[in-house]
Amino acid sequence: MDKEIFLSIRDLKKSFGTHKAVDGISFDIYKGNIFGLLGPNGAGKSTLLRMITGIFHQDSGDILMDGQPFDGLKDTDLIGYMPEERGLYKKMRVGEHILYLARLKGLDSDEARKRAKYWIERLQMSSWWDKKVEDLSKGMSQKLQFVATVIHEPKLLILDEPFSGLDPVNANVIKDEIFRLAKEGTTIIFSTHRMEQVEEICDNIVLVNLGKKLLDGSVDDVRQQFKEHVYSVKVQNKIETYPEFVTVLQKDDYNIKFQTTEDEEPNRVLSHLISEHNPILKFQEHLPSLNEIFIKIVDATPTARPFQTV
Amino acid sequence: MKTAIILKREYLSRVKKRSFILTTLLLPILFIVFIFGTTYLATKSTREKNVIVLDESGMFNQKLNSTKTVMFQYSQESLEQLKQNLYNDSFTALLYIPKFEIDQKQQFQIFSNENLGTEVQSNLNKQINDIVRNERIKIAGIDAEKYKESSADMISFVNTVGKDQKTSNSEIASIVGTVSGFLLYFFLLLYGASVMRSVMEEKTNRIAEIIVSSVKPYQLMLGKIIGVALVGLTQVAIWVVFIILLGAIAMPMLKGGMAIDPDQAQALASQGMAGGEGGVPEILKQVMSGNIQGINLLSTLGWFIFFFLGGYFLYAALFAAVGSLVNEDQQDAQQFSTIITMPIIFSFLIMTAALKDPQSGLAVFGSIFPLTSPIVMMARIPFDVPTSQLILSVVCLIVGFILTTLLAAKIYRTGILMYGKKITIKEVGKWLFQKS
Repeated sequence: MDKEIFLSIRDLKKSFGTHKAVDGISFDIYKGNIFGLLGPNGAGKSTLLRMITGIFHQDSGDILMDGQPFDGLKDTDLIGYMPEERGLYKKMRVGEHILYLARLKGLDSDEARKRAKYWIERLQMSSWWDKKVEDLSKGMSQKLQFVATVIHEPKLLILDEPFSGLDPVNANVIKDEIFRLAKEGTTIIFSTHRMEQVEEICDNIVLVNLGKKLLDGSVDDVRQQFKEHVYSVKVQNKIETYPEFVTVLQKDDYNIKFQTTEDEEPNRVLSHLISEHNPILKFQEHLPSLNEIFIKIVDATPTARPFQTV
Repeated sequence: MKTAIILKREYLSRVKKRSFILTTLLLPILFIVFIFGTTYLATKSTREKNVIVLDESGMFNQKLNSTKTVMFQYSQESLEQLKQNLYNDSFTALLYIPKFEIDQKQQFQIFSNENLGTEVQSNLNKQINDIVRNERIKIAGIDAEKYKESSADMISFVNTVGKDQKTSNSEIASIVGTVSGFLLYFFLLLYGASVMRSVMEEKTNRIAEIIVSSVKPYQLMLGKIIGVALVGLTQVAIWVVFIILLGAIAMPMLKGGMAIDPDQAQALASQGMAGGEGGVPEILKQVMSGNIQGINLLSTLGWFIFFFLGGYFLYAALFAAVGSLVNEDQQDAQQFSTIITMPIIFSFLIMTAALKDPQSGLAVFGSIFPLTSPIVMMARIPFDVPTSQLILSVVCLIVGFILTTLLAAKIYRTGILMYGKKITIKEVGKWLFQKS
């Protein structure tokens, strides 16, 4: 992955009256990266996204896109935004609706039609073209919204809870498209509450709460950063003596789960077992899940709201 | 450019709707049915009234003519007996005529259970006095025929207004004024509400956020407002064609109907409008030339379109702002929209006053103040408004709608993205002073 910065957020601030919705947040997003924007409800995610999409103007701070200051009038065509609270015109027909949104993103009508057909076929929605939007199921309109968001080939794709309401099959279809777009160079901001999706999809993350950034980095780095030195080992024969020099968290005849101090090597435990001539079948470090990390961090911030895990 | 795409969608989505075609066709029909229906019902619903006449003078025996609404019967029974019958509800009223001196002022007594109403009263007044008058003419030795001939109204008036000596007819002016004022009132409410509903739909539907990530909120608002305006103009255009067709068909029939009433025909003839057969082509010629009795139909239509657009832009912006403030709660919508609807209803009231006296202070103020001017000025225009007032009114209206649009855009921009929370007036005030 090349490390070219596509979007740079510099000390961004926005308040509504006395309420500081976004209070000095900075981070960078690399080109072609899938970037997770995480945080509990009311953390300031939506406000942040609305500033990046040009819906709101920041009170202070900068948004740089490809090194240039973001222009709320011109650059909106480079962005595809699928908000969490999203809807469609119920009385319009599917094809008509896609064309309308595509044209609002600056495509001319021939180009819009060509691409709409392409996407509709790609996502196996061809038979829907003349259907009324109000007759679609939630999952179907979700797919329609996805098409409308990506049809103008945005350089920056912002997806807020893109999988809500989708069944596993369709969620996978959309997920594959997201991976493909990222590979082709689209930078993607992915906002969600669902941590297992973040671990699976995102390269980098930022966690915000109460308008401030609590943490950012790659998913692996963050998990490393919060590791608690917990390991587990599985052996072939019954263990004779358990190692007393580490904290044993769980044990049975063939398994030990233990925690070391920060500068203690887990190899001592292995050496101990090897010295007993017990073949080692499996050795593994337990990194905390993002979910655990986030609950820990968010709970530590004062007046934090309960974190949704779903 | 993007505004044009929005405009196109807003326009087509409305014009293609079945309800648009239906209202466009049905409204004029309803309008006509309403006007004729109320007139018909008004004449139909007056119950026939039985009036018993006890005539001790003998002068009126069998001389009172019964009409559709009043029936006269004569009785020789005693006053006391008749009164008794009256209170037992066997007839409506009892007219008691005692013996009287014909050359002295008299008061006759009417007994009734309920108020007789002006129609019966004036009917009685006219008939009785006519009979007495004829009697006195006879006594004075004047020839009744000669008297009738010489007492006919010989003089009627032609009003000449302004330096260019335009002839005008205030009755036709007031009809044209009322109709255009009423139509404007109706359009402002109809299309204003349409804009508001559409904004509310976009907000509660949550599509607003998707759209404003592609276009600026003011573009969305303008596209919608102009789109609906074009829908309105389309509707007006259809109706103008409809009215011209209807007029061409109905005008001769209407004229024919009028000619039956000799008094009216005479009055019209004296004004040079109609005179039996000759009148029909005359009125048609006037309509064709776009001029009825000094009222230029084309310029009236032009002014109508100006005041329609001006008033509509002014109010539609306000309606859009209100729509953006409303959450799912329908009651909120009602309350907020009442604030906007009030000045429209108020204009209608001023208009009625302005029609009675087009030069009164209230009428002049109402036709310049931009919140009321579209309706009030439109109603005054057939009466020849001084040019200075017209210019002032036009300027105020244009400034007015630019101001409300700017104001509304500020509210709208924030309002459409505020979900869930109830919005207070204080907050709205803050939005107005927020920089973009």
